[in-house]
Amino acid sequence: MSESSQSVVRVIRCIVCPTGCEIQVKKNESGETSFEGYACKRGLEYAQQEFYEPKRILTTTMRVQNGFLPLIPVRTDVAILKDKLGDALKEIAVKQITAPIKAGDILIENILDSGANIIASRDLSEIQ
Amino acid sequence: MIKYETDVAVIGAGAAGLAAAIEIKKVGLGVLILERDRELGGITLQCIHNGFGLREFNEELTGPEYAQRFINEINELEIPYKLNTMVIETKPGTSEKPYKTLFAVNKQEGVIKIEAKAVILAMGCRERPRGAINIPGFRPSGIYTAGQAQRFVNMEGWLPGKTYVILGSGDIGMIMARRLTWEGCKVKAVVEILPYVSGLLRNQVQCLEDYDIPLITNYTVTKIHGKDRIKGVTISKVDRNFDRVIGTDKFIECDTLLLSVGLIPENELTFNAGAKLSSNNGPVVDNNSETTIDGIFACGNVLQVHDLVDLVTAEAKRAGKYAVDYINNRYGKDTKRIGQIKCVAGENVNYVKPDLINKSDLSKEIVFTFRVRYPDRRILIQFKDENGVIYKKKKIYVIPSEMIELNLNLEEIGINHECKRIEIEVIPRPEVLIEED
Ligand SMILES: Cc1cc2nc3c(=O)[nH]c(=O)nc-3n(C[C@H](O)[C@H](O)[C@H](O)COP(=O)(O)OP(=O)(O)OC[C@H]3O[C@@H](n4cnc5c(N)ncnc54)[C@H](O)[C@@H]3O)c2cc1C
Ligand code: SF4
Repeated sequence: MSESSQSVVRVIRCIVCPTGCEIQVKKNESGETSFEGYACKRGLEYAQQEFYEPKRILTTTMRVQNGFLPLIPVRTDVAILKDKLGDALKEIAVKQITAPIKAGDILIENILDSGANIIASRDLSEIQ
Repeated sequence: MIKYETDVAVIGAGAAGLAAAIEIKKVGLGVLILERDRELGGITLQCIHNGFGLREFNEELTGPEYAQRFINEINELEIPYKLNTMVIETKPGTSEKPYKTLFAVNKQEGVIKIEAKAVILAMGCRERPRGAINIPGFRPSGIYTAGQAQRFVNMEGWLPGKTYVILGSGDIGMIMARRLTWEGCKVKAVVEILPYVSGLLRNQVQCLEDYDIPLITNYTVTKIHGKDRIKGVTISKVDRNFDRVIGTDKFIECDTLLLSVGLIPENELTFNAGAKLSSNNGPVVDNNSETTIDGIFACGNVLQVHDLVDLVTAEAKRAGKYAVDYINNRYGKDTKRIGQIKCVAGENVNYVKPDLINKSDLSKEIVFTFRVRYPDRRILIQFKDENGVIYKKKKIYVIPSEMIELNLNLEEIGINHECKRIEIEVIPRPEVLIEED
C-alpha cells in the first residue's frame, strides 16, 4: 500500500515512560486503523486504549458536614471513561456527607453506572 | 519552661518526617515529632491527585492516601507528636553536653525546650514567591503561588478566582490548571519562560492537552494590570538570554495569576544551627545524611526538592537508620568525621547529593541523587576522580524535573583513600557526536 493512501488521524504522545514517543494513528482508504512510532509494546497498548477508550482516575473533593475540615479528598476506585468525568464531577459536587469518615469508605456507589465507586482518600474526624 | 527529652527529635511531619520517625521507633529508640501545622501529613495532604506510591507500595495512590498509610503506622506504633508546634531554634551539642537543644512554640505550652541526642530536619520546601521573580506593576490582590491555591481549593474549599493565567509549567501549576478547570474556572494559559515544559510529560498531556489549555513556551509575564484586583497580564516572548523581544507583547485578561516558578528548601533553622548550606539551598550532607553538625540529619525536600514522594520516603528511612547508628556508636564520644571526599557537579549537573563521602564508608553502597541543568537525549553519566573517568552509565533521556538516582559502591569502581574529589557530569554520548560530524 502506498504512503499517500494512509492519513494520520491523530498523534498520541506516549506518557508511559519519559521517552515520550509520538505515536501516529493512521487510517487507510478502507478505514483500517494502524499505529506507528511506538518503541515498545507498552506504548502500543497505551495508544490503543487512548484512541478507542480513553479512561482516567478522577480525583476531586466532596463537601463534608461536621468535619474537622470542610472538604474530603475523594477518587474513583478504578479509571472511568474520559467523557464521563464532567458528569461525575457534577454528581460529586452536589453530594454532601457527614464526618467521621474513614479512608476507603465508599461515598457514592457505582457512579453514573460506570462501575466505579467514589471512595474517601483519607480519614476525617468530626469537628471537636 | 516545659522541657522534653528524647532520643531523636524530628522536625516536620511530612512524608520525610513520618518515615524517619517510624524507622527510629522500630528499633526501640525514643522519638518525638514536632509539626507546625494542624495535622500530620505535610504537603501530600493537599495533593489530592493520584501519582504517589508506585515505588513504595506498587500502586497508584493520591497524596492523602499515601500520607494516611504512614499516619496509621505512627498511631499503631504510638509515636508521640506535637501539632501546631513550630520549632524556632536548633542548637548543636557540645563535648560536655552532647545533646542538641530545640526551642519550639505552641499555644498550650508557650515556649518549650526539647533535648535530643539526634535531630532529623524534615521541614520540606517553600514556593518561590513573586518577590523572587521581578514583575513590574502594582501589587493587586489575586496573585498566589500554585501551592497556596492548591491548599485553598483542595483543603479549605474556596476558589481564589474565576479566570487564571499560570506562570511556570511546573507540575503543581499544571495539576492546578486541571483542578481549576474541573471546578468550573477558566485557565487561559500556562506561560513558560523556558523553551520546554518544566514538569512531567504526563501532566502536560493529562492536565493541559486533555482540556485544550494553551501552553505558551519562551514567554513570560512582563506586566501585571490592575490596582486593587488583578485585571490581566501582559506576556512577552523572550530571547535566549531571557530578554524581552520587542513587539511580542500580548494582553491576557484574568482575575488571578498563579505562580508555579519553583521550590526552595526551607532552611532558616538549619542555617541558624550553624550547618553549611550547599548551592541547591539544602544543607551540605555526607553519605549518612548527616549535616556538617554532628548528630543533625536532613531528608526530604529540606535537603533537596523531590518530584517523587516515594524517593522522599526512601531517603527519610535511610536518614532514620543513620541517626540510630549515630546514637548507638558515636553519640557522646569524640569521634570526629575525618577524611572526606567532595562530590562536585560537573557539566550539565545542577547539584549532587551527598556533598561529602566519608572515606570510612567507601566499601558501602551509596545512593547518589542529582539533577541536570537542561534536557538532553542519549547521554552518558560520568564519574571522574583526579585521574579521569572511573564510571560511565548510558541514559536515553534526562530532564531537570526528574531527579536521577544512582546506587554505587565506590570501592568497586576503583576509588581509594587517596581520592579527594569526584565530579559527576552528564555529557552527550561520543558516538552521537561522531554521527553528527
Ligand atoms: C505542591 C507539591 C505537589 C507535589 N506533587 C507530587 C506528586 O504529584 N507526586 C509525587 O510523587 N510527589 C509530589 N510532590 C513531591 C512530594 O510529595 C514531596 O516532595 C514530599 O511530600 C515532601 O515531603 P517532605 O516531608 O520533605 O516535606 P513536606 O510534606 O512539605 O513536610 C514538611 C513539614 O514540615 C513542617 N515544618 C516546616 N518547618 C517547620 C518548623 N520550623 N517547625 C515545625 N514544623 C515545620 C511543615 O509544616 C510540613 O508539614 C509534590 C510536592 C509539592 C510541594
Ligand atoms: S512507546 Fe515505549 S518507549 Fe516510547 S514512550 Fe511509550 S513506553 Fe516509552
